Amino acid sequence: MAETTTLEHDTDQDEKGLWTGAKSPFKSSYGKIMMWYFLISDAFTFAGFLIAYGALRASMPTWPMPDFVFRTFPGLHGEHPLLFVTLMTFVLLFSSFTMIRAVQEGHRENKNGVVFWMLLTVLGGAGFLGCQAWEWKTLIVGENMSVTVDPFGRHEAAGVYLDAAGHESDDTFVAGDSYLMHTIGHGADHAEGGGHGEEEGGDHAADAGGHGATTYEAAGDFPGAVVDDAGYIHRKFKILEGREAGKIMTEEFGPRAFGALFFFITGFHGFHVLTGVLFLLIIMLNVAGGLYVKRKNGYEMVEKIGLYWHFVDLVWVFVFLVFYLI
Amino acid sequence: MSHDYESSKKIALKTILILAVVTVIEVLIALSGKGYLFNGALMMPWYLMNSLMIGFSLYKAYLIVGEFMHLAHEVKAMAMSVVLPMFLLFWAIIAFMYEGNAWKGNREVILEKDRIEAENSIKTQGMLIRPETKDLNGH
Repeated sequence: MAETTTLEHDTDQDEKGLWTGAKSPFKSSYGKIMMWYFLISDAFTFAGFLIAYGALRASMPTWPMPDFVFRTFPGLHGEHPLLFVTLMTFVLLFSSFTMIRAVQEGHRENKNGVVFWMLLTVLGGAGFLGCQAWEWKTLIVGENMSVTVDPFGRHEAAGVYLDAAGHESDDTFVAGDSYLMHTIGHGADHAEGGGHGEEEGGDHAADAGGHGATTYEAAGDFPGAVVDDAGYIHRKFKILEGREAGKIMTEEFGPRAFGALFFFITGFHGFHVLTGVLFLLIIMLNVAGGLYVKRKNGYEMVEKIGLYWHFVDLVWVFVFLVFYLI
Repeated sequence: MSHDYESSKKIALKTILILAVVTVIEVLIALSGKGYLFNGALMMPWYLMNSLMIGFSLYKAYLIVGEFMHLAHEVKAMAMSVVLPMFLLFWAIIAFMYEGNAWKGNREVILEKDRIEAENSIKTQGMLIRPETKDLNGH
C-alpha cells in the first residue's frame, strides 16, 4: 500500500520530479557526457591496436629498435635517436595547453580570447601533422619502408660483414645491432641517412663493400651481397658466435608486421588529429561569428571539442610509449 | 569568478610544465637506459626501464584526463563511469602479451624440429626421405 502512494506521489510531481530527469546526477550536460562516452569507445579501439602491436612484437624473435628506426631529424645529419618524435610530442602537448586556455576564456565569455587560443591550437595540430608527414616521407621514400616491407632488421648473433670481394671486412657487429637494408639506385646521398649504427665508417664503407649503394646495379648474387628483384641489397656476413658460427648469411627483412602496424596506428592517430583540426577550425569560425554568444553556456561547444583534442593528446602519450620509448 | 579564472590558469600552466618535464625524463631514460647517453653509464635492464616509462606515461595520462579534461573535478560517479571500463584493458594486455609469447615459443619449437630433421636427412643421405610428406605435427 505504502508503495503505491509513493508512486502516486512521484507522478503528481511529474513536471519537476526526479524520474523525469529534473536533475542531472552527473552535474554535466548531455553533450559533454556523450563526448566522454564516445572517447571511451575510441580509447578501446586504440587500445586494441596497441595491444595487437604488443602481442605481435612479443611473438617475434627480433623487433626493430626504435632508437635506430626513428633517428633522423630534418636538416641534420647523423643519428639523433628520438629527437624528432620528442619535438612532435611537445608540439601536441603545447596545443593541448592552448586548448585549455581557450576553454578557460570561454568560461568567462571572452570571445576574442577563445578565437586567439583556438587559432594557436589549430596551428599546433597542423604543425604536428606536418611533422608526421615528414616522418612518413623519410621512412617511405628515404628508407623504403612500406606496409609489407620492413627493411629495418637486427642481428641475432655477432659477426662480420663481407667486402665486395667476399672476404671478411673490418665491419663487425654484435648480437642485437640494427641494420637498414638499402636499395640499388639510391646513390651515395642515401648512405648518410642510413648507416649501420656506430660501426658505420662512411668513407671506408665503399672499399669494404659498404651498402653497395653505388656498387650494385642489378639483381643477382654477388660476393658481398645478394640483390633481390625489388632492388634491396642483402649484405652478406659471417656469423662469429653460437650454433651458426662460421656460416655465411645474408641480411633479411625485419618483421613484416612492423610497417603495417606503424603506418596503420600512427596513421589512425594522425587521422584523429586531422579530424580534430577540421572541427577546431569550424568551431573557431563559429565562435568568431558570434554563434555561441547567444547560448550563454560558457562556450560549451569549445569544451566539447577540447575534450576530443585532449584525448588525441592522451592517445599520443601511449603511441609514444609503445612505438618509441619501449 | 575572476579569482577562479586566475587559479585555473595557473593550474593549466603548472600541468603543461609537469607534462613537458616528464616527457623529457622519459626520453632521457629511454636513451640512457640503452646506453646512448653518458657513455652507457646509466644502462638499465629492460624491465626496469619499461616499468619506469609505463609509470611515467600513466602519470601523464592522469594529468591530461584529470586536469586538462577536468575529470578529476567532475562528479565521482561520472569519473568512475569513464575510468572503471578502462580496467578491462589490464586483462587484455596480460592475456595478449602471454599469447604473443606463446606464438614465439611455438615458432621456436618448429624451427628446432626443422633443424633436427634437416640434420637427420643429411646423415641418412641416399635413403628416400620425404620430409614434406609429414603432417604438421612431424609424424
